[in-house]
Amino acid sequence: MPPILELKGITKRFPGVLANDHIDIKLEKGEILALLGENGAGKTTLMNILYGLYKPDEGEIFINGAKVEISSPIDAIRSGIGMVHQHFMLIPVFTVTENVMLGEEYTRPGGFLDRNKAADRIRELSETYKLNVNPDDLVENLPVGLQQRVEIIKLLFRNADILIMDEPTAVLTPQEVDELFNILKKLVEKGKSIIFITHKLREVMECADRIEVIRSGKVVGATTPAEASPEKLATMMVGREVDLITDKKPGDLRETVLTVDKLCVRDFHSHVVVDDVTFELHGGEILGIAGVQGNGQTELVRALTGLKTPFSGKIIISEKDVSRSSPRRITELGSAHIPEDRQKDGLILASSIAENLVLNTYFHRPFSNGIILERLAIDENANELVRKFDIRTPGIKTLVHSLSGGNQQKVIIAREFSRPIKLLIASQPTRGLDVGSIEYIHSRIIEKRDEGCAVLLVSTELDEIMQLSDRIAVMFRGKIITIVKANAVTKEELGLIMAGVTPTINKKKIENTQAREIIT
Amino acid sequence: MKNKKNSDDKRNFISIFYEELSNSSLTIIILSIISGFIMGGILVILTSPEVYKAFGTSFLSGISTSWKIVANTYSSLFLGALGDPAKIGAAIQSGDSALIQKAFTPFLESLVVTTPYLFTGVAVALGFRAGLFNIGAEGQVLVGAIAAGWAGWTFTGLSPWIHVPLAMLVGALAGGLWGFVPGFLKVRTGAHEVITTIMMNYVAYYLIYYLISSPLRDPNEVTPKTPWILDSAHLYRFFPEPIRFHLGFFIAIAVAILVWFILFKTTWGFEIRSVGLNPNASKYAGMNITLVTVAAMALSGAIAGMAGASEILGVTWRQSQALASGYGFDSIALALLAQNHPLGVILTALLFGLLRSGSRVMQLRAGTPIYIINILQSFIILFIAAPAIIRTIYRLKKQSVKEVSTSTISFSAKK
Ligand SMILES: Nc1ncnc2c1ncn2[C@@H]1O[C@H](COP(=O)(O)OP(=O)(O)OP(=O)(O)O)[C@@H](O)[C@H]1O
Ligand SMILES: [Mg+2]
Repeated sequence: MPPILELKGITKRFPGVLANDHIDIKLEKGEILALLGENGAGKTTLMNILYGLYKPDEGEIFINGAKVEISSPIDAIRSGIGMVHQHFMLIPVFTVTENVMLGEEYTRPGGFLDRNKAADRIRELSETYKLNVNPDDLVENLPVGLQQRVEIIKLLFRNADILIMDEPTAVLTPQEVDELFNILKKLVEKGKSIIFITHKLREVMECADRIEVIRSGKVVGATTPAEASPEKLATMMVGREVDLITDKKPGDLRETVLTVDKLCVRDFHSHVVVDDVTFELHGGEILGIAGVQGNGQTELVRALTGLKTPFSGKIIISEKDVSRSSPRRITELGSAHIPEDRQKDGLILASSIAENLVLNTYFHRPFSNGIILERLAIDENANELVRKFDIRTPGIKTLVHSLSGGNQQKVIIAREFSRPIKLLIASQPTRGLDVGSIEYIHSRIIEKRDEGCAVLLVSTELDEIMQLSDRIAVMFRGKIITIVKANAVTKEELGLIMAGVTPTINKKKIENTQAREIIT
Repeated sequence: MKNKKNSDDKRNFISIFYEELSNSSLTIIILSIISGFIMGGILVILTSPEVYKAFGTSFLSGISTSWKIVANTYSSLFLGALGDPAKIGAAIQSGDSALIQKAFTPFLESLVVTTPYLFTGVAVALGFRAGLFNIGAEGQVLVGAIAAGWAGWTFTGLSPWIHVPLAMLVGALAGGLWGFVPGFLKVRTGAHEVITTIMMNYVAYYLIYYLISSPLRDPNEVTPKTPWILDSAHLYRFFPEPIRFHLGFFIAIAVAILVWFILFKTTWGFEIRSVGLNPNASKYAGMNITLVTVAAMALSGAIAGMAGASEILGVTWRQSQALASGYGFDSIALALLAQNHPLGVILTALLFGLLRSGSRVMQLRAGTPIYIINILQSFIILFIAAPAIIRTIYRLKKQSVKEVSTSTISFSAKK
């Protein structure tokens, strides 16, 4: 039997970039194929070609042995290909049923929408694949993980046999990831085939049947989880040895840089989202804020960066009260931010790399004299940072939106790290980055710490928190439940605290560490 | 987290429409202009009774009549806009300056019509760059005109060196105020500027109506008109009557260049463009988006106000009811056509100016209604707004930026 999907010699060129270089890939029926590759390797481009969003310059696509032309998503859907986009294509104010029906409406005689029939079908699909989706829920009330499942239902509803998922786990909590994997297993059991893109090697090892590795637009190897190890995969992807564990020396503490005192933040509905949070952060240390997404970390960071005025409490940076200061004043005090949502808050996608690199320093010398921009200095800065931070791009005038996701993140990192800073607030700094870039960014964060910078690291990745932090604070329902020395807890213990389980680690240990902290 | 979505996801059809327009390539623009003319030609044929009559006699004569009519229409348009090349040639050869001036009159008249387009086009483009849809240029033109006119007849005994800049300034201030209000309402209350600028247009229109019919009315006139502005407030005219070509044209060009300079060469322009493209990231980067929005809107209004000022100080010298001009609305189209580039506006304003001024002659000579030109302009905009049409007609290879952006928004997960 021919493979359900075969790509032959797919080539795609963008101005200055060979994104896909004669790629040959097969997908067998009923398997999960993991597509691995560095940032900018060409994975998304390949999937967009398969889904009809881009037209390949060369190459052919076969489905069940028959050649097909896919020139639009409609063709793709007709050929049984479905794609879950990273940013969901759902209408928040519609119900699940309405969202799923959109474009594929069931009607009753007379042209009326038949919501019930569609809802029944959704229930049935949800049952078969254990998706646990209620067709009558409003999409805006669903957590991210469930929204993603609505996207999956959308594909199943359209009878897709081949499911493409581009970095589906980047936004999920670890629990949601596990649930997603169970769903994927269920899907292949029932004969669906899946292409799955991720940067997390652990996930690949856990759920893939086969692995294809892409580098610089070429397939550079294929393997299976049984044969591979995370180290081996990392080497295949990046083309060199990668340290998956970043070394770090004990830091030496300096003066207090950031003091947060009884901080409360409320949201639009005056719900308390950050509840009486108090902590101190010294130069030369990394404080990790762990917690399941949505427990107030986002709002805490928004308050610390001046985007949201706190309801009460104090924020003090370098002895200056900034509780009510503007973002500009806070950055000018030497604080840098890596925002959680890079495309919304961190970048101007429709501007060039060069301009994005001076987004918060453009009014300083040498980039301007306060009024007139100095193009030469701006370009020179861009050339230097592109080289230093290994941003893969044809040039500094390239618009940021044509960079791959990982390289977009590097633009932000380059911008924030290239000015003198005392405080770094990093939210999900490595989300969507490949292992090589993660290694790089982790070592840069540690380097900043060693230079005496205070680092607040907000991450939902426990591994990242454990690896980098000197101390770890766990946020749950807006409160900081506990702050512990990083070496005083295990990942499992941390996981439990994050889930809101009363700390099972012996009380004494926590008290001890807190006592020690007060001394330091 | 859910509620955040509602406030942040304010991408409505307008911004999508705008994106589509501002992303189109030069090829598409040029092909759209050509296609606009072709559609205009077809319309001329379809609306002309002679053509039907000719087709009644024979197919061939129908075709030739159609051709004749279209050719006549467009050649009159051309003559009206640029003048008669033969006459220009002859005049230059004769060396008689009066003749030369006469031959160039149509072209100079087109430049007179271009002048307000320049101001309003730049004004609207500036707004767009800041992410603001300024539909209020029309109202800003009106208040700019009346305010400049008032300064023009009220202050006596000034030298033109002072009086003209003063009157221009007063016009700009009035327009600026008309732009400031929607900007202020936007940042304070979140009122969308499309709604508020439209409302401000009505306010301007009826305010002027009131001013002209009583407090500022020239008592010696039967119909409502303002007094004449003083000679010292006249914008300098380069040629004797009846050529109205005046200094306003060069002021407008200077403003276009100045706005280009501000937008692309200064830190303030950097802020305007950043805020226009992504207010969230701009705020994150420490820009004061409130200030940028209000200031950009006020400046946009001020420039539109200068259009009115230059009309009254350079062309009409007084304001009567007839000033509601449509300049404000056309300028949205021509700004988009120029992809909101102030220097591009110079070209598109010229195009619109030539069309508008040529269409009068076209109506006189070829009997083609002036509205054909409006339709033709609308077609051009339509084609640019829906590039798929142009791509299909001319079999252009698809390289849509829009799709690129949907696919590269890979992991900015929306919560
Ligand atoms: N629309 C575009 N225009 C120009 N270049 C592009 C465009 N889309 C992608 N590229 C380039 O093609 C290359 C491959 O990008 P792609 O998005 O496929 O990478 P990726 O493997 O998905 O990376 P990541 O893991 O960072 O998401 C990159 O160098 C990118 O800059
Ligand atoms: Mg990608």
